[in-house]
Amino acid sequence: MTTTPTAPGRETVELDRVTIRFAGDSGDGMQLTGTQFTRTAAVFGNDVSTFPDYPAEIRAPAGSLPGVSGFQLSFSGSDIHTPGDAPDVLVAMNPAALKTNIVDLPAGGALIVNSDAFTPGNLSKANYAANPLLDGSLKAYKVFPIPVSTLNAAALEGLEMTSKQIDLTKNFFCLGLMFWLYERSMEPTLKWIQQKFGSRPVIAEANKRALTAGYSFGDTTEMFHTTYNVPKAKLAPGTYRNITGNEATAIGFLAAAHCAKRELFYGSYPITPATDVLQYLATYKSFGVRTFQAEDEIAAMGSTIGAAYGGALALTGTSGPGVALKTEAMGLAVMTELPCIIINVQRAGPSTGLPTKVEQADLFQALFGRNGESPMPVVAPATPGECFSMAIEASRIALKYMTPVMYLSDASVGNGAEPWRVPDMSELPDISVPNVVKGEGTFLPYSRDPETLARPWAIPGTPGLEHRIGGLEKLDGLGTVNYDGANHHKMVTLRRAKVDGIAKDIPAQEVYGHEEGDLLIVGWGSTFGAIRSATERLLAGGHNVGHAHVRYLHPFPANLGDVLKRYKTILVPELNLGQLWFVLRGTYLIDAVSYGRVVGKPFRIAEIVTEAERLLAGGR
Amino acid sequence: MTDVNELAAAAPIKLTRKDFVNDVEVRWCPGCGDYSILAQTQKVMPEFGVPKENIVFISGIGCSGRLPYYMNTYGFHSIHGRAPTLATGLKIARPELMVWVITGDGDALSIGGNHFLHSMRRNLDFTMIMHNNRIYGLTKGQTSPTSEFGKRTKSTPMGSIDRPMMPLTLAIAAEATLVARTVDTHTEHMQGTLEAAGRHKGASYVEVLQNCNIFNDGAWRDFTDREFRDDRMLVLEDGKPLIFGKNRDKGIRLVGLHPEVVTIGENGITEADLLVHDQHAEDPYLALILSRMFWPEFPVPVGVLREVERPTYSEMADAQIEAAIAKSGKGDLRKALLAGETWTVD
Repeated sequence: MTTTPTAPGRETVELDRVTIRFAGDSGDGMQLTGTQFTRTAAVFGNDVSTFPDYPAEIRAPAGSLPGVSGFQLSFSGSDIHTPGDAPDVLVAMNPAALKTNIVDLPAGGALIVNSDAFTPGNLSKANYAANPLLDGSLKAYKVFPIPVSTLNAAALEGLEMTSKQIDLTKNFFCLGLMFWLYERSMEPTLKWIQQKFGSRPVIAEANKRALTAGYSFGDTTEMFHTTYNVPKAKLAPGTYRNITGNEATAIGFLAAAHCAKRELFYGSYPITPATDVLQYLATYKSFGVRTFQAEDEIAAMGSTIGAAYGGALALTGTSGPGVALKTEAMGLAVMTELPCIIINVQRAGPSTGLPTKVEQADLFQALFGRNGESPMPVVAPATPGECFSMAIEASRIALKYMTPVMYLSDASVGNGAEPWRVPDMSELPDISVPNVVKGEGTFLPYSRDPETLARPWAIPGTPGLEHRIGGLEKLDGLGTVNYDGANHHKMVTLRRAKVDGIAKDIPAQEVYGHEEGDLLIVGWGSTFGAIRSATERLLAGGHNVGHAHVRYLHPFPANLGDVLKRYKTILVPELNLGQLWFVLRGTYLIDAVSYGRVVGKPFRIAEIVTEAERLLAGGR
Repeated sequence: MTDVNELAAAAPIKLTRKDFVNDVEVRWCPGCGDYSILAQTQKVMPEFGVPKENIVFISGIGCSGRLPYYMNTYGFHSIHGRAPTLATGLKIARPELMVWVITGDGDALSIGGNHFLHSMRRNLDFTMIMHNNRIYGLTKGQTSPTSEFGKRTKSTPMGSIDRPMMPLTLAIAAEATLVARTVDTHTEHMQGTLEAAGRHKGASYVEVLQNCNIFNDGAWRDFTDREFRDDRMLVLEDGKPLIFGKNRDKGIRLVGLHPEVVTIGENGITEADLLVHDQHAEDPYLALILSRMFWPEFPVPVGVLREVERPTYSEMADAQIEAAIAKSGKGDLRKALLAGETWTVD
């Protein structure tokens, strides 16, 4: 940490990493505030990681505890993998936000509150008997009570706006203050305001004034003695943009269609937290993308099969409850061996569960959730940015092997954001496959490529290949309906061998840290950041550990079993009660240890470190 | 140009019924009405002049679901109730194909009811043929959504307490742009109806009254039998008064909001008093009245109840894509990847 004097009595402290949490009413614009800070930090050159945490209710009663919406972001001068275990600064817009978030703020942390919101009514809604700003209960923190509403209203004086409209801009006052405190430019946000509200000059002016007023308040008040600077991170060279996982999923499949030289079809039904993907893809009409908002989840899957039958790169997207409804039709895709992708942005279940919260408890559903022997490749992106490359990879597998593929994202990776190095067009792979045309002799729709075991993809409109497919068992080769038991056994075995064979065509499992030793931590999906950070700490502490993050959950990479056997202990942290753990044990006969948490939030780094240390000390 | 019939008219080809017959053994019960539906469908196909590789039959589950196997075109035997969803995806991806959806009363109205409604209201350009035998045949005799109230079946031994649905009323309410009814044994009428439906641009729905001689024999016998069908069925003809009867002496007139059966020549009734069929009427009222008329209160209307022109889903989807390209140029992936703010790390 270095300090340099700036103004008299004020200094700049250089920090490697800062974690901020904005918390307020779900109508207070906390998601927008957090997103704007993230963009600004990312454009400056920091590494960033975010955790939006919002309630299922669109607008719970104002000031109430269930209505609190939060956005945590971490920005750093070095490579980071998580949005931080705990905030350094908590911005609380009202008593309810303070009440629900203060537990996460470590002693000595900075707490910035809108003191205007601490009215008797709001205090009572948050179940505060006394005003915490006055009763000394916050003395463990550095508290900065600021009358945000009053100051903001004064800055907007003279604009033709209702007092309610004025109040809606106070989040930008706080954003301006944070920009000042962390020496970040207001320019990106001012530009954004102009773009967003350009056609409504009064609203644009109000937001600009609110932002600037917050910034100036920091500069002129004597409340703050320090500002902070987080230097640029040393990222790999390239052009970067900030991206959420759902956005990366959408443009990943857009790119996949380009790489496959096919038109993209996306059939979907709105469901949290997957809806973004539909909304993003609906904006790419100029690419010929055809999005279809179906009447239900089943229709979304059925239309996907229909589009795949017609030769499109076809996909559907949903969350776990939607996958449950699509299940029968997914079986039809397995039986007819048509290429398509099912995106599952997982949320906490079962049933409706916690619709906006993260969980990884749909792995069993992905692997086993269909009737009959119904093998389906399953892949899972580990970070928001990786959603892009994994979308292309899922498409490659689907097209090359003529199979539906499950793409398991989750609320954390889907809504989280990070800087993403934009790939050059030359880095994009060619994943195109031909459609079959008439050749010599009888057409055999269920003949197989000797290497991949894929069947030919004959699309309607191809003369001479008129044939019939469907959900009934097919005669090997000819593809006519067949009820013979021996043929069924052969077909079931072939479908399984085809999917198993993909193991030869995916990257080997890599390990970070020690290649063999005391402990291997095995994870999948969005827990990547927490596990990688935990492994870094354990390695720094001299432990003999490694981290294997499994992106291919079915089939597993061919070397995974060998990797697992090189360690004394295997720890499998998951946001479920041990689903990958169960499959690893069953597949490789290893005595792995499960560490499952289902609290609707990502792992903290410290949780995994503690569990690893317990095992390293001989615990079971 | 993506309309199948326009494409066919531009490059007509000569096919015969035999081109649509394949060598797959037909496995319906002997005497089943489905044989006639298959035969009339094969007979009508050459009329469209569409190359058979551009024709797709998609079915759900039930006895009707087997029909695509017997058509020498592309075919997809899907899952229960979901055929319209596959047809929807296929038509969105490949608007130039001619798509037929084959379904039954249980498949379309029970398990697939939602898809039936939504595929119709979107005006997807496909033709749905619903084999209506008022029974679950493939599962060997349970009540269906069109079974009569009180009907005794294996699943309703004391009689069904479900009210039957009126499929044509539903199709009109769901905004289908062609709605028609025909009868399995009425072969020429069926051919004409299928041809009208196949030529229509937009969502066409055809209810075929079909007999299940094993589990619901005589399903529609009361008004379809040759000996009295002229008196109990009303053959609709566009622009013609609603006249029926062996002697062409009965008709339908409107009293207030209610249709009434009258006899021409009695009580001063002349042809001029009768309702005149107008299948192209923009408003749905006449078609709705016809869709509710049923034996024994009324003769059962057969033919096209309603046919209106609306832009199809595919046309509108294509138009949006063209408008997007006209506005911002053909999509450039490089630009899409670099959208928003970017920064460079050296």
